[in-house]
This record gives sequence, C-alpha cells and structure tokens, in this order.
Amino acid sequence: MDYYVSTEHLSVGYNGIPLIENIEIAVRRGEILTLIGPNGSGKSTILRSIIKQLKLIAGTVVLEGRSMTEISGRELAKKLAIVMTERVRAELMSCWDVVATGRYPYTGRLGILSEEDRKIVDEAIRMVHAEDYADKPYTEVSDGQRQRLLLARAVCQEPDLVVLDEPTSFLDIRHKLELLEVLKSMARERNIAVVMSLHELDLAQKISDQVVCIAENRVDRVGTPEEIFRDDYIQKLYGIDRGSYNALFGSLEMEAVSGNPKVFVIGGGGSGIPVYRALQRNGIPFAAGILQENDLDFPAAKALSSKLVSVAAYRTADELMIRQAEELLRECGSVICCIGEFAEGNRANRELRDYAETQGILSDLARVLQKNRVVTADSKTSALLDRPEGYEAGTNRAEGGTR
Amino acid sequence: MEKKGRIRLIGGFTALLLALLALVLWNINAGSVHIPVKEILRIFLTRSGENAVIVWDLRLPRILAALILGGALALSGFLLQTFFANPIAGPFILGISSGAKLVLSLTLIGFLSAGIAVGSFPLILAAFAGAMLSMGLVLLISLKAKRMSLLIICGVMIGYICSAVTDFVVTFADDQNIINLHHWSLGSFSGITWENVGVMTAVVLPALVFTFLLGKPISAYQLGEVYARNMGVNIRLFRIVLILLSSVLSACVTAFAGPISFVGVAVPHLARSIFKTEKPIVLVPACFLGGAVFCLLCDLIARTAFSPTELSISSVTAVFGAPVVIFVMLRRQKKQI
Repeated sequence: MDYYVSTEHLSVGYNGIPLIENIEIAVRRGEILTLIGPNGSGKSTILRSIIKQLKLIAGTVVLEGRSMTEISGRELAKKLAIVMTERVRAELMSCWDVVATGRYPYTGRLGILSEEDRKIVDEAIRMVHAEDYADKPYTEVSDGQRQRLLLARAVCQEPDLVVLDEPTSFLDIRHKLELLEVLKSMARERNIAVVMSLHELDLAQKISDQVVCIAENRVDRVGTPEEIFRDDYIQKLYGIDRGSYNALFGSLEMEAVSGNPKVFVIGGGGSGIPVYRALQRNGIPFAAGILQENDLDFPAAKALSSKLVSVAAYRTADELMIRQAEELLRECGSVICCIGEFAEGNRANRELRDYAETQGILSDLARVLQKNRVVTADSKTSALLDRPEGYEAGTNRAEGGTR
Repeated sequence: MEKKGRIRLIGGFTALLLALLALVLWNINAGSVHIPVKEILRIFLTRSGENAVIVWDLRLPRILAALILGGALALSGFLLQTFFANPIAGPFILGISSGAKLVLSLTLIGFLSAGIAVGSFPLILAAFAGAMLSMGLVLLISLKAKRMSLLIICGVMIGYICSAVTDFVVTFADDQNIINLHHWSLGSFSGITWENVGVMTAVVLPALVFTFLLGKPISAYQLGEVYARNMGVNIRLFRIVLILLSSVLSACVTAFAGPISFVGVAVPHLARSIFKTEKPIVLVPACFLGGAVFCLLCDLIARTAFSPTELSISSVTAVFGAPVVIFVMLRRQKKQI
C-alpha cells in the first residue's frame, strides 16, 4: 500500500463515453511507469485523466491515499507536474522564464520570484544541462532543448509525481537518450514517481520499472519490462504482421522476402547483418548459416532469411548438417561469404566456403545484386549504394580464391 | 540580463509617465483658446482667472476621460489578446465595441422618444449588454475558427453588421436625437462632464486593480490552458472573469466616447515592444499608461489639427493604430515560415 498514485476501477473517455475501462495501475515514488501501445489506443486519454484535465467517467485516482477529486488545484500544483505534447506559448520569454513558471504554486499573489525561487530555477536548469542557452529566447531554441526545459520546469514545481506525454517525440536519438537519462536520475535522486507514455519500445524497456500495455481500448497487460517485452507479445500488441520485433535488442526488422533462396550467406559475429539487410532491401530471398543461436547474426538472420541453418548455442554443426547445408548451397546457386578469417571452432563454415569455391559458386554481394537486379536505368548505382560498409575486406580474399 | 531588464523597466515607465504629464499639460495648453503653462499653474492653484472655466469644466474632464478611457481600451485589448492567445485581438476589431454601440443607440433612442432622461450607469449597462452580445457571437465563432485571422475577419464582420444596424436606427430616429447620436457614434471625447468622469473612474479603476491582481493566473494562462490548469488555475472561472472584465472596460469606453478603433490592439503591442516582456505584472500598468498616452495624443490631434473643425477620435487612432496591426500580422507571418 505504499503506492504514491494509483487508480481504482478507473474508466476514461470523452463526453461521458468510456474509451478505456477498469484501469488499475499504481506507482511508487522513485519508480517509472510507462504506457505503451499503438497510436490512438488511448494512452494520452489515460494520462489526461490522471492529471485531472479530463473528467473521469468512473472510478478514482488515488494520490497519497486521498481521492484526487478531494485535492484542490492549488494543493495539487505542488504535488503534480506535467510535460504534455501541447506547445507552450512563450513569446517574449527567455528559457529561464519558462522554467521559472514552475515556481508558480510557491510564489505570492503577484507571482514575484524570491531569491530562493531563483536558486531552485538555476538548479533545475543545471540538472537538465541547459545552462548554455538559459538566457536565450524560448522561441529560438530547438525542440530537444525545449523538451529539456519543460522537464526542468516540472522539476521546479517540486512535485512528487511527474506525468509526461510522449516526451521523446520529435527528438533525435541523442536527445532522446539524454532526456530519459535526466528523467531517470530525477526519479531516483528526488524520489519522484513518474508516469509517462512512450513510442520507443527499446527505450521503454530500458527505463521503465513497470510497463502498461494499452491495446484496443483496454489495459492489455501490466508488468515489468522483462514480463512484457517478449517478441510474440509485442508483435501482437502492435499488430505487427509485416516484419518482426526483437525483444532483446528492442529492434524492428522488415518482413523477410519469401520464395526459394537465391543466395546462401555464410555469416557470423555480426558480419552477416549488413548483407542480410541489403538482400532484403533488394527483394532477394536468401538462406543463411551456419549460425549458433547465440550468434550476433542470429536474430536478424532469423527475421530476414527464408531458410536458416542454425545450431544450438556453443554447439558445432555435425557432418550431417554440413552436408545438408552444402546441398542448400548448390540449390541457391551462389554464395556470399562474409567471414574473412575462420576461427578454430568455425570449421563447418570454412568447409562450406571451400565447398562453394570448388563448385565455382562463390560470389559477392555486388555481383549477386547485379545478377538479380530488376532492369532499370539506375539499378546499377543503387546496387553499388547498397553495398554495405566494411564489406570489401571480408570478400576480397574469397574473390581472390576464385581466380 | 536581469540588470538590463530592470533598466528597461524603470526607463520605460519613467518615459511613459513623463509623456503622460507632458500630454496633459499640452492638452490644457492647446486649443481654440491658447492657455500658457504659467496661467495653467495659476488656475490650478487659485481656481480662478478668465480661462478657469475652459480649463476646469471643458479641457480637464475631457483630458481625464481620454486618459481613463484610453487606458481602459488598451487594458481590454490586452485581456482579449490573452483570452484568445491572439496578438491582434481587440474590442473594436472583434466587433465588441460595435455591439455595445448598437444596443446603446437602441436604448438611447428608446428612452429619448419616451421622453425619459438617462443617466450614465444605465447607458453603461446597455453598452455592457451589447458588448456581451457581440462577445457571445465571437466566442461561438472561436469554437469553430481556430485560425487567428479567421476569428479577426469574423469579428470585423460582426462590427460591420452592428454598425449597419446602428446607422439604420439612427437614420429613422427623431432629428434632435440624431445629431447627438451621430456625433457620438463616430467616437469623441467631447462633452464629457465631471459627473461622467466620476462614473468612469468608479468603473475603470476597480477593473484596473482587479486585472493587476489577476496577473499571476494570466501569466499561467499565457503558457497554455493545460499548464495553467496544472498550476491550479480554475480555467472556467478565469475565462469568465477575463470576458467580463474586458467587456465591462470596452462597454464603459463605448458608453462615454463611442467606438474607438485600434487602441486596444495597438497599445498592448507597443507596450510589449517597449518592455520586451509578456509578464502581466508589467504589461497591465504599461498598457493602461500607454493607452492613456495614446488617446491623449490622438485627442490632441483630433481637436487641434483642423481646428475649429474637430476630427472624430477614431479617425486619428486608426491612422496610428492600423499600421501597428499590419506590422504585427506581417511579422508573425514571417516567423511562421
């Protein structure tokens, strides 16, 4: 019962019509709860209801053991801060001024800042690393900087709960990371409960203590990231039927090209991934192997190849498997070997390379792409562009061998 | 940064106050009867002299009216701009002054043809009713029209409709009434009595103080409704108060001086560019002072430019105010690109 904020039988929606019913979520101080789910599933509606901007359809939001409706707006302002998707109107305001608006609940009738208020504002600006542009007009800084300033503004409010609606939208990767970093330290160091919605599953997985999945107008699942982020569940939640989601890496892969494989890719240790992706982009079905299931290449190969030869982790392929792979090689008609130097334990793949060489079917990506290209004017250039970086070194040796 | 802001603040207010003082003196001084500054001081001290009546009963009430009503107009404009989050909103441009004018004319004609004399307060009430009527229409439109320029255009149209109906009514009213009405419906500070000044002070001064005290929620509201609500502002109540205040202020102006154009739009904008801030705690007094200065200057020009013929105050304020509106619109357009 030490939850800071929780909902009981909460139903939310617009104009008295419930959109999502029976929402039961709860957060402790210092914890981060993240709502994930497809666009339009109602994440924002839930957040808006929790922060009292939307009338509840049914149920209660409990804050510190009291129903939110009993808490006056003035009192709530000292407990709850928000960062929403609405643009802040801040003409003729410096970034510092915008952050300082967070002190509103603590200032007197005329809203004049005290010396202490100013100190708190400065501190919040330091916390989000915004000192360099604090004096600039708010209208002139970037989206990433604005988002950080709004977080600093929320911190100034000295809340116990911060609610954020998609705080990382419109930010580039670096700013996403930085913002979440600040958010995490804010939650931990200041013991603040955080409720937010996120679009980025990989980030949600890494930062959240609890994840709530919203789908088709209901709370589909609540749990720790470990419980929620399983490949099949996320694919179901977002209705991904073209392509696939990898829970461990939090990455998305495109849909595999179907059909009989036209090329066999010998990969391993991450060398295969750029080739798999290049083939997928160009619509060439391929087979991949021989990969141990703990290989770096395995998840991408599994997602993108039409046939995969793999062995369990830390096992080596036996003779039978190598012979089967050789047969597959022949069927494919060409082979790309991504491995330059074969390690001691990689005998099977070395044998496959040698076999391809003797069969005269050892090729490389550029040639494979050319052979399979659709005849258009600029297909040659696109084939060249599709050649992944760092690929040359690995294949030169193989090429040398065929001559 | 902070020090620079303080210098700007003190400098700005000092300049406004000096301008106000200078314009008050100049307004007493200039006119069909020229009164030297020395004599003005003597009249003030002794309340006697050959021109005492002109100063005391004609020029001074008129000056005070321009001062108070000009401030009220600018303040009303500032409140409307806050409400609509629209820098070119104002009581005249949104048709609120014209609505007040319409109901006021109807009331006036009704009372006069029934042979009943009307005092200032019922007239203010009538103007207020008219202002609220227009305001209601504008609000209804604002629910549909989210675009800034569209709202303004609709407001201007409401203004035209109200003016047309007023003209229609005035045309068919009794001759004696028409002369008064026609004069008034163009906008003028002439013919203001001390009693009028007392009434407008009783209305405008409390509104000014109240608006000033409302500075804190206004600053929260400027950020956006969502954030204001989060900071504990009762949005519904706050909006009602904003509407009522701005309507009372513009109704009061219309009741005494008729519709005066562009002061409500231009002055808050000028105040912003002088003080480079959006803070209501600065802008509320700055708008009031600025409005007073603006109207005193315009009234001076209206009285003296083509003396003895007097211009309508709106013609003068439009000359100065309309370019400001054009400038603001163009600059915003540039920013959006």
